[in-house]
Amino acid sequence: MYEDMVLIRRFEEGAAEAYADGLIGGFMHLYIGQEAVATGAITALNHDDYALGTYRVHAHALVRGSSPRSLMAELYGRATGCCKGKGGSMHFFDAEKYFMGGYGIVGGHLPIAAGLGLSMQMQGNDRVVMAFLGDGASNQGVFHESLNMAKLWDLPVVFVCENNFYGIGTDVRNSSAFNEIHKKAQGYGIPGHVVNGMDVLAVREACEEMVRHVRQGSGPVLIEARCYRYGGHSMTDAGKYRSVAEAELWKKRDPIPRLAKSMLEAGIVDQERLDQIAEKANATVIDAMMYAEESPVPDASSLYDDVYVENHGA
Amino acid sequence: MPEIRYFEAVQRALAEEMTRDERVYVLGEDVGLVGGTFRATEGLMAEFGARRVRDTPIAEAAIIGMAMGSAMSGLRPVAELMTLNFGIVAMDQIINHVSKARYMFGGQVSLPMVIRAAVGGGTQKSAQHSHSVESWFVNTPGIRVIVPSTPYDLVGLLKTSVRSEDPILFLEHEGLYGSRGEIPEEEYLLPFGVAEVKRPGRDVTIVAWSKMVHEALKAAEILSREGIEAEVIDPRTLDPLDIDTILGSVARTRRAVIAEEGWRNVGMGAELSSRIQEHLFYELEAPVQRVAAADVPTPYAKNLEKLALPDAQRVVDAVLKITL
Ligand SMILES: Cc1ncc(C[n+]2csc(CCOP(=O)(O)OP(=O)(O)O)c2C)c(N)n1
Repeated sequence: MYEDMVLIRRFEEGAAEAYADGLIGGFMHLYIGQEAVATGAITALNHDDYALGTYRVHAHALVRGSSPRSLMAELYGRATGCCKGKGGSMHFFDAEKYFMGGYGIVGGHLPIAAGLGLSMQMQGNDRVVMAFLGDGASNQGVFHESLNMAKLWDLPVVFVCENNFYGIGTDVRNSSAFNEIHKKAQGYGIPGHVVNGMDVLAVREACEEMVRHVRQGSGPVLIEARCYRYGGHSMTDAGKYRSVAEAELWKKRDPIPRLAKSMLEAGIVDQERLDQIAEKANATVIDAMMYAEESPVPDASSLYDDVYVENHGA
Repeated sequence: MPEIRYFEAVQRALAEEMTRDERVYVLGEDVGLVGGTFRATEGLMAEFGARRVRDTPIAEAAIIGMAMGSAMSGLRPVAELMTLNFGIVAMDQIINHVSKARYMFGGQVSLPMVIRAAVGGGTQKSAQHSHSVESWFVNTPGIRVIVPSTPYDLVGLLKTSVRSEDPILFLEHEGLYGSRGEIPEEEYLLPFGVAEVKRPGRDVTIVAWSKMVHEALKAAEILSREGIEAEVIDPRTLDPLDIDTILGSVARTRRAVIAEEGWRNVGMGAELSSRIQEHLFYELEAPVQRVAAADVPTPYAKNLEKLALPDAQRVVDAVLKITL
């Protein structure tokens, strides 16, 4: 888990540099600060469980095991990217890793997650679906529609709300009439739990328990992980609506040094090992960036590829 | 005349209308404290307070439905959808409710409401963030569709929109927010359904709106060096549509190109092309040409996006196809 978190952070720092250099375009929403949530939650899944994210999905795809090379190449808009350059930062997808996508429309993926859950249930297997969402998304109609149906049919879905307290610039207190999001689930008879999203071990523990519960067929759950994104909403947002003091306070709770410290104290690792991990992550990211840069851009002829499947089913 | 930017034009029009009429209020995501994702509502909360400039949750269907409810009962809401991509979440409210109410209820209610939304691609935001789907709404009776291309047009048309008794979909192009243009100091309004000739010419008529007006003007520059004088017409409002100005121009030039950023298949260009052929079939020297986006979800990769979306060069090519 430590390696995952370090890799996520390095990956995004690398991506931010490439964005500043104009190598990556469009919107890019960084996850720096929230690493413990994706890491703790997704590592609680089996390899063939499904996961879906929002437009802030670099971390989720990485933890799910997608190759950093193919993800970076996607950011660079290259043919070797996980979506052949067609999706970009907001739309990572890796069918092989059962990572069913990043979505640019707030809340739009929640019914899709419920549908995956329905599919698992109807196919009679015990695989679960984990869907991430933001605090802002919990005000969308589809959030409520999805939770209701997921419970109505007891679908195997773990909803993980990453409450970073802001939906772009709007504070959760100004957007949610009732802002204890885990309790919103209770209105649908769904158990809701709150967890410290800056503590990867706490997230992992809570998610393991919930995944077990869901896998037994007891219906959906919602976990609210309270966390913070250090940067603005996206690369084009300076985040001026938040105070410096507030951001500093959260940075003191950084999940990466926190885990390092407890591992060192427990004598599980030494500083040398931590340095190795950091170096390895660095090398992986540099390799991914070089790979992306050297990869070809998509061929013009691919513009019309994949709009439809070629055979019409006849 | 002073120059202002397109996003400042929104600020100016709304501030003037809110000052004039107490019933006008603004609602939408991040419109207040943040001042709007595109700075279009910046300063309004400071001037008019949080009662009249309301930050909403991310709940587009509710934003539009609430605007409708308040418009039915004495207020004049200006709802912002941030970008039209998210308006799709509110499609039921816009199409099933807003655009049908007046007719369906036998004219007993009017909906004096404006829905503002940014449209357009060209900045690598990929398929879910690059919509130019004005055709969908022109295809729907009961809602007006306004597509200003300059700060001047924006101010005049937005003020008219706020005063209109009909529901208005007011589409601002993302790629134009930073663009500048002159506007007079004194207050002015622009009527709906009046196209503007952005550049006169005798050899071909190019009809374009929103950001494509600027591409068409660039194309006209290039063509002019080849000795081809293109007339560029901006309808400014797609519903109501000033078909007379367009037909009048094509009757003179006898050639027409329609340039739009939306998808080609069954788009606004198809409609305009059909109208021109209905009226001017025997006057035309050549088939009407359409320049539009490729019929694919807008791709992320820069080179593919460029291939998918129309630009000045595409307009030039279309003109050359029917003038050489
Ligand atoms: C339906 C829809 N409305 C608006 C937007 C614009 N938008 C993108 S992200 C965002 C904020 C989402 O906040 P939250 O759900 O809390 O997630 P976070 O960014 O905090 O991870 C908004 C309003 C969108 N992408 N989709």
